[in-house]
Amino acid sequence: MTAPAPFPGGGGADDQQQPPPPRRSRTGYLLLLPGTLWLLLFFIVPLVTLVSTSLYDPAGTLETGYQLTFAFGNYVDAIDDYATEFTRSLLYGGLATLFALLLGYPLAYAIAFRAGRWKYVMLLLVIAPFFTSFLIRTLSWKMLLADQGVIVEVLRFLHILGDDGRLLATAPAVVLGLTYNFLPFMVLPLYASLDKIDVRLIEAAGDLYASPPQAFRRVTLPLSMPGVVAGTLLTFIPAAGDYINVELLGTPQQTMIGNRIQSLFGAGSYPAAAALSVTLMLLILAMVMLYIRRAGTDELL
Amino acid sequence: MTATLVRAGRWVTGHLVMFVALLVLFYMFLPIMVVVLMSFDDTADVAYQFNGFTLANWSDPCSSYGMCDAVAKSLQIGLLATVGATLLGTLMAFAMARHHFRGRSIANVGIFLPMASPEIVMGSSLLALFVSAGFAGQLGFATILIAHIMFCLSFVVVAVKARLSGMDNGLEQAAMDLYANEWQTFWRVTFPLVFPGIVGAALLAFSLSFDDYIITNLVAGQSQTFPMYVWGVSRREIPPQINVIGTAMLLVSILVVVMAEVVRRGRNRA
Repeated sequence: MTAPAPFPGGGGADDQQQPPPPRRSRTGYLLLLPGTLWLLLFFIVPLVTLVSTSLYDPAGTLETGYQLTFAFGNYVDAIDDYATEFTRSLLYGGLATLFALLLGYPLAYAIAFRAGRWKYVMLLLVIAPFFTSFLIRTLSWKMLLADQGVIVEVLRFLHILGDDGRLLATAPAVVLGLTYNFLPFMVLPLYASLDKIDVRLIEAAGDLYASPPQAFRRVTLPLSMPGVVAGTLLTFIPAAGDYINVELLGTPQQTMIGNRIQSLFGAGSYPAAAALSVTLMLLILAMVMLYIRRAGTDELL
Repeated sequence: MTATLVRAGRWVTGHLVMFVALLVLFYMFLPIMVVVLMSFDDTADVAYQFNGFTLANWSDPCSSYGMCDAVAKSLQIGLLATVGATLLGTLMAFAMARHHFRGRSIANVGIFLPMASPEIVMGSSLLALFVSAGFAGQLGFATILIAHIMFCLSFVVVAVKARLSGMDNGLEQAAMDLYANEWQTFWRVTFPLVFPGIVGAALLAFSLSFDDYIITNLVAGQSQTFPMYVWGVSRREIPPQINVIGTAMLLVSILVVVMAEVVRRGRNRA
């Protein structure tokens, strides 16, 4: 195993632990330059273009061209027309993140503390799904969740589903698909931060008469918070913007905002699509900032 | 008595966690087992059901029209994007981990942002840029490559930086003490130590590029990558050959990782 931790727990945590040697030279800037230029040109500049596109006159088309008329009305329309889709995206994304955390934490914990010499094998198993196409795996869920599929049959037998109950083409199927697809993004940062914990701290809690649940709540969990924060963000953000799971596992009744942005771009309604896209980005940024602030204070307690 | 109880409790919790973990791994592998199974299915169908066993898909994967062209395109883009992103990202990681410079926290945020942006936003903003720059008609290979290098870059930086900051500085200092100059120290000590991290980052970049659909679809124009091919057929009959590609990808990547592990162990023993 070469790189078991592509995602380290907190963004700048490594820097604090090991300050880089004081080499203040021009080399640093030179090394940074090509990559920075690439990100500037193809990430930052496009974002600015997206914002200005969102303010174009919505009457424009690809053929007649677009005019920047500061049409803030695009945003009003976007929020008016697509409020349900926005809410649904945040709700499904949030649920998927919660489930991914509930499933991912025990897995990451087991890999970090209980796997022994199977540690790297288990890590490899977590990363392996990455190497079979995301779309093909989602198509397999379509087969697994189908009305004649094993899962539905079992759930019907157990009376968890009614006799005509189904899974495919429902909201639970979409949330299941989202949880599934982004689970590795939750497990890897969780593992990275759990693995850094000094086991002696947990043992010390036990020596001081903390029960295992107490030791977990007061020692392990707080120390793994950077991983929880990084993992939930890396899961929530792509999940809220996804439209593939809805297309393959849901119906138009579960349409998320990603579907709308994609279809508006496809239809050439660039200003409206851009306004939706910018709104999504702002919503996500706002939630992320709120969340980081909350998580930050929790960490201090 | 209480000691036994505590010990029993610990045994249960210990194994309970492992049991739950294995269940979660099973959940992660369930659809992959379906992919492997379906690669031996003998007919294309809409419902995606197993109809009968055959080896035909494996002996002639290209019989599904247009698929192998799409796979070839994805491989080309994947390789070029991996080279580009790994090169730029490794340089950035060295700068971040080994050099002091002003604006470091801004650089950190700038590297983190692409990972924290939904793909649909990145794809649509790139499309907006290409369209407003007058490239609406020239969307294709080049625009896909630009996009892929962009979204792989941050992941490479993070992976290589993690390797660099976990490294022991003492070895480099020892090399310098033994009269190696900076250049020699870099190529004989630092680079070999970081190399596994760079390989890991490159593998990650390749898999991200090969698998991307949302961004690619927005900037691809008339070009078709493998994920776009899969998306296209998912509405019609699903040819079992796509599962051959999915399974083959999995096998190749497992092989690469196992080989890397064997090399590592061999070196450790030597």
